[in-house]
Amino acid sequence: MISLAGRDILHSWGKFVFTGFGLGLLIGVTLVMAGVYRGMVDDAKALLDNSGADLWVVQQDTLGPYAEPSSLNDDLYRTILALPGVAEAANVTYLTMQVRLDERDVRSMIVGIVPGPTRGAPGWPPYLVAGRQITRGHYEAVADVATGFQLGDRIGIRRNQYTVVGLTRRMVSSGGDPMVFIPLKDAQEAQFLKDNDAIWQSRRRTATNPAFDRAGVPGLLDAVLDSQSSNNFVNAVLVRLDAGAEPDAIGAAIRRWQRLTVYTRPQMEQILVGKLIATSAKQIGMFLVILAVVSAAIVAFIIYTLTMDKIREIAVLKLIGTRNRTIAAMILQQAIALGVIGFAVGKITATYAAPLFPKYVLLMPQDSVAGFLAVLAICALASLIAIRMALRVDPAAAIGG
Amino acid sequence: MSGNGIRIEGLRKRYGSGDTAVDALKGVDMQVAPGEVVGLIGPSGSGKSTLLKCLGAVIDPSAGRMTLGDELIYDEGWRVRDLRALRRDRIGFVFQAPYLIPFLDVTDNVALLPMLAGVPNEEARSRALELLSALDVQHRARAMPTELSGGEQQRVAIARGLVNRPPVILADEPTAPLDSERAMAVIRILNEMAQRYDTAIIVVTHDEKIIPTFKRIYHIRDGVTHEEAGAGRGVE
Ligand SMILES: Nc1ncnc2c1ncn2[C@@H]1O[C@H](COP(=O)(O)OP(=O)(O)O)[C@@H](O)[C@H]1O
Ligand SMILES: [Mg+2]
Repeated sequence: MISLAGRDILHSWGKFVFTGFGLGLLIGVTLVMAGVYRGMVDDAKALLDNSGADLWVVQQDTLGPYAEPSSLNDDLYRTILALPGVAEAANVTYLTMQVRLDERDVRSMIVGIVPGPTRGAPGWPPYLVAGRQITRGHYEAVADVATGFQLGDRIGIRRNQYTVVGLTRRMVSSGGDPMVFIPLKDAQEAQFLKDNDAIWQSRRRTATNPAFDRAGVPGLLDAVLDSQSSNNFVNAVLVRLDAGAEPDAIGAAIRRWQRLTVYTRPQMEQILVGKLIATSAKQIGMFLVILAVVSAAIVAFIIYTLTMDKIREIAVLKLIGTRNRTIAAMILQQAIALGVIGFAVGKITATYAAPLFPKYVLLMPQDSVAGFLAVLAICALASLIAIRMALRVDPAAAIGG
Repeated sequence: MSGNGIRIEGLRKRYGSGDTAVDALKGVDMQVAPGEVVGLIGPSGSGKSTLLKCLGAVIDPSAGRMTLGDELIYDEGWRVRDLRALRRDRIGFVFQAPYLIPFLDVTDNVALLPMLAGVPNEEARSRALELLSALDVQHRARAMPTELSGGEQQRVAIARGLVNRPPVILADEPTAPLDSERAMAVIRILNEMAQRYDTAIIVVTHDEKIIPTFKRIYHIRDGVTHEEAGAGRGVE
């Protein structure tokens, strides 16, 4: 027996190729959408992996530091460091803002880390592709290459200028913004910095408050003003444990004694993937559903019209003794062939288009496999209408009324 | 030899039921011997197509008997279990229009029938080529149907009807789309084939040009057949 579907496809290959191409672009978009989601998850994991932390200590009852604001006193880390099983504990601040280079603005996540002897502590960029780590306490920066900054660039963060001394890779926020590391003190200032006018107003208000300006206590007002204009808060303390230490147990201890909230790596991943990007995931899911429906409609329509064009021939085939099964298989195979052409075009399109997207698009082989199976299932489903119609064709119709 | 060719006795067909019932065939008697070509003529609505559909086992008669070769295939009900196989193996169809499968070449259009019956591709193709030669279209064996002239297409369609060597061929106005020269050619071919393959051929037609070629003609009117001798001039 010859393949009726194959012969028909060869005969009207133009229709199949053009439809397959259109379908392929849709499938390509679908694969990229899935890749965008995978990219978001991967960004989140990269954020956690590259932080090098085993525990995240944040303000009580918050989902900080990435999903919610969190603020802690910057001396807390010492107490945590004293706990058995804790190898390192480091203050960090996270702040998403625009970073200026000349006339250009780059949306970045500013990470404040303690420079100097704590080098390599959790929160630090684990490796550099160029330059060196931050060594001075002020005005140096290490930037992710995705910012487009170069070594030696002078970048502006709020009112201060920083020199880019090192470049790193794959350091992104959970939102995909590239990171810029600066010394903690600078970051604290950037986070809470008021404009000059506000500082002046605040000073004036404090100075006129009799509670702070007591005749018998010299220096009180100055101390108060000083405390108001400096910032002793950080967003989180990142903790690295000794090898073999039990993260859950140590986390529980910190929680109990310090009235803080502590997350382990799996809990943090749950927050980022399950909460922070959950809405985006749903949004992408909706798009996938729509694209699936549109693809199904296209396949159904094309297969239906192709079958419609052959209604006479189908009646003749049935009259001369072709099995219904053979006719159904012919239509099904054509739908599957369309799907295969579409998938091939889609996969190629997605592979070439993915790097052009501004955010990280991660095309995972298992998504392609799932996509391929979904395409086949959709095509098979879409061919049902045409198959139903073909099976209803009366072989007697081939004999003139 | 195919025994009796085809014999029909008291065949009735009623469409619908109750007040709207139409008695399309009211007791048709007909017999066509192997090697014989008979004409079936009658005005529009007289029941020609209904008779062909009953013979072709695509609709169920309401009563009567039909014998194909030596086998009683219908006797107040089908006596054959697989009507699809009956159509495929034992009845050849030639339609008003060739109705060739547009995506198969000439050889495979003809070879498709034996292939459907499970004959290996190469053998099916060699059977097809043999018939194409008999019908003098072997030179178009690799052509697609759209590349053929109307007459060539109809000859390929006849080859398809004959390829499984059925004892009977039902031809439904096979000359309708053809000019008189080509129509005559088709009738000549049908006669030759009937002789060569010992096939009983029933030709439904309106075509005044070809009516004189039949030796025997069945007239059908209001669902009843009357046999008469034709001019029987044949085709030179
Ligand atoms: N499917 C059907 N349902 C009801 N009546 C039908 C059907 N097919 C044909 N008829 C009727 O049966 C009669 C014979 O029709 P038909 O066999 O097509 O005649 P012919 O082919 O000679 O023109 C006509 O009266 C026609 O209206
Ligand atoms: Mg008719």
